[in-house]
Amino acid sequence: MQIGLFSVGDVTTDPTTGRTPSEHERIKATVAIARKAEEIGLDVFALGEHHNPPFHPSSPTTLLGYIAAQTSKIMLSTATTLITTNDPVKIAEDYSVLQHLADGRVDLMLGRGNTGPVYPWFGKDIRDGIDLAIENYALLHRLWREEVVDWEGRFRTPLHGFTLAPQPLDGVAPFVWHGSIRSPQIAEQAAYYGDGFFHNNIFWNMGHTKQMVHLYRRRFEFHGHGPADTAIVGLGGQFFARKNSQDAINEFRPYFDVAPVYGHGPSLEEFMAETPLTVGSPQQVLERTLSFRDHVGHYQRQLFLLDHAGLPLKTVLEQLDILGDLLPELRKGFAEGRPAQVPDAPTHASLVAARDAAAIQEPELVATGAAR
Amino acid sequence: MTELLVVSSGTGPNSSSRLLGSRLAEAAQSVLAERGEPVIVHHLELRTIASDLANHLVTGVPSAKLEDAFAQVRAADGVIAVTAVYNGSYTGLFKLFFDALGRDLLRGRPVLPAATGGTARHSLVIEYAMVSLFYYLRALVSSVPVFAATADWGASVGLDARIDEAARAFVELVLTSHPDKTDPSFDVSDFTTLLGG
Repeated sequence: MQIGLFSVGDVTTDPTTGRTPSEHERIKATVAIARKAEEIGLDVFALGEHHNPPFHPSSPTTLLGYIAAQTSKIMLSTATTLITTNDPVKIAEDYSVLQHLADGRVDLMLGRGNTGPVYPWFGKDIRDGIDLAIENYALLHRLWREEVVDWEGRFRTPLHGFTLAPQPLDGVAPFVWHGSIRSPQIAEQAAYYGDGFFHNNIFWNMGHTKQMVHLYRRRFEFHGHGPADTAIVGLGGQFFARKNSQDAINEFRPYFDVAPVYGHGPSLEEFMAETPLTVGSPQQVLERTLSFRDHVGHYQRQLFLLDHAGLPLKTVLEQLDILGDLLPELRKGFAEGRPAQVPDAPTHASLVAARDAAAIQEPELVATGAAR
Repeated sequence: MTELLVVSSGTGPNSSSRLLGSRLAEAAQSVLAERGEPVIVHHLELRTIASDLANHLVTGVPSAKLEDAFAQVRAADGVIAVTAVYNGSYTGLFKLFFDALGRDLLRGRPVLPAATGGTARHSLVIEYAMVSLFYYLRALVSSVPVFAATADWGASVGLDARIDEAARAFVELVLTSHPDKTDPSFDVSDFTTLLGG
């Protein structure tokens, strides 16, 4: 089980002090948070991608490349990489380089992006969102697996005789997750390729998350990648913890009440009841997080959003200390009752090993690049 | 079994919108009974989900209560939609609900528009505001709507007959329509179709 963080990289005023950090501070804070995540023993740090204020991560591989140099164990990922408005060729190039620099500690989570104006700024139309995600990924998938690619599609200029440089590390593509809150087509896409499916799980009720994950699991099996309970599932979550639960509520409420996404809407209590948000004691965070399995089955990756809504860096690092203290219990809890056949999330090492094992069994298939 | 849903946007517990909705539902029920059609009537008072609707407006995320309300619309063979008239149109609460409902839930579904107001001077609100909203949502709008002014509730003739006539036209429409009751939220086409698209 991988446990980690995902950050959207918002630059938000701290409502308790009225102070807004500079973009520079937030970018540096993101590095500090990623380093701290490694220090407390987390497995994954994932960064969002945005092309509009108040968000800073417009160039995720630059930031992740810098973080890769400052860390040695933690897996670097994205939450999400925009498969709609980015050129899939550029994604393949950027993440190949990152994968080499980070010695394979890289995977990606693809998403569509829901900010209408960003699409035309990159020459696209949000109404084509699903079609873009499908076509662009079909190309990205080939670029990482075939040496010479000929390609024609609806959305980008054709490619003839294109060879990706650099080729992915050890000839193995980074693992890909597909993130979607409510588009069944994206769950189907993840299932078709046998890739991972990630549900952000922080705005909607667990019943909704459950239905999306079950759709993905059912279709993963249908497409022949193995039994539904061996599909690769990731979930988001968010918490704010203090030793005393009332302190957590008192401290977090002013941030919650005006938070960019759900602020000015439901009360903290309503939002905690309707979504997986937990504000309370570490024990409450532990119990709530371990309860996610009851809805989606045993899964592979749990990412928390802790760094948002104007929380100062000091507070975020304190939350990470609390998470660090919880980690042994969380890991123990996730391991409980986990059937042997439920796999871990793929890593570079496991993908290389799987590729080598497959090459022994089916040499001709791998040699022609026809393996999917 | 025919399921009817009365959506009313009155703000008080005994609002005249709720009352008009009940009267229309009872009338429809008796017309259906004459034809031997069993019927269930549900009432959705929008004031009970007012804060859910406001939260949905700013967060885009429906609460469990709101999802229930949408499911009630999806299950209905016909919807009786009743609003009070505020400043020459339906109320904000009424519009919030149909905005939150999205483009598809009223498509092909019979709707009987009805409104209440202080005087009959407001009665064209149905034709000028409600009908255009329901046309936009591609509902099947029943041809005989009802407007009830305050004075109608004390008049000896008029309102009962209008309710009866509206109920008959609405039932005719309900019995000949087949609105989609399935929830496509988690339906998916096979990926090969998506790739080809």
